[in-house]
Amino acid sequence: MIESGLFYVAAAVALVSSIMSVTRFNAAHALVYLIISLLASAIIFYVLGAPFAAALEVLIYAGAIMVLFVFVIMMLNLGAAGEHREHQWLHPSMWVFPAMLCIVLLSELIWVLAHDGQSLSGMVISPRDVGIELFGPYVLAVEITSMLLMAGLVGAYHLGRRYLLDARQELS
Amino acid sequence: MNEAATIPMAHGLLLAAFLFLIGLLGVMVRRNIIFVLMSLEIMLNACGLAFVVVGARWGQADGQIMFMLILSIAAAEVTVGLGLLLQVHRRMRTLDIDTANRMRG
Repeated sequence: MIESGLFYVAAAVALVSSIMSVTRFNAAHALVYLIISLLASAIIFYVLGAPFAAALEVLIYAGAIMVLFVFVIMMLNLGAAGEHREHQWLHPSMWVFPAMLCIVLLSELIWVLAHDGQSLSGMVISPRDVGIELFGPYVLAVEITSMLLMAGLVGAYHLGRRYLLDARQELS
Repeated sequence: MNEAATIPMAHGLLLAAFLFLIGLLGVMVRRNIIFVLMSLEIMLNACGLAFVVVGARWGQADGQIMFMLILSIAAAEVTVGLGLLLQVHRRMRTLDIDTANRMRG
């Protein structure tokens, strides 16, 4: 029953960090809690027997997508006010609670690795099965997704290019 | 080992529902665009969690594939959303989403 204990602890961490994320006043603090929420979701995916989804959650969600948020928050916090905030971010009261939540997740991860990643909840769906399914019956969905990402790329480039051009004009 | 999951599916779906609710409350309550986008991320993640829970219940890979599609939707949404955020910040010098109804050209 330790397996279900892992699930419930990770679920509690996900709920607490999500609530903290939407109730913070500072965007950077909210981002830290949001990343912890996503990492807790990754642990839940692993416990449920979806290791590929767990890896994607950490790599793409907590890695790539959150980096975009970090970039934008850092771009908008320039100048002396940003420096003052930097001091506030390093205050222990701001990072002790997120660090505690992270330690909970880390201890779960260590527990799982120490037990050789055995099947935690019924059956494990391997990345191989997902890949066979993805490029078999779902190949049309993959193509549509690639078009969606292309549209997102073009849209983001269009919006960002105007932003950069205007910023350059303001400087000169 | 029996094939039945040790974690009831209802609990996983309940967790997804609660996460979705938290994200929905964030979208409705917060007026800062960054927080609205973060709450949207929580909601999309809750949807993906529900798919993975259901996929794990029946041992099918379809749930994880739907999660991957949601992941790419989230990526596209965030890039365009943050691009719009930068535009709003540059034009109106604020991140209050209620000012976006004063957009002119």
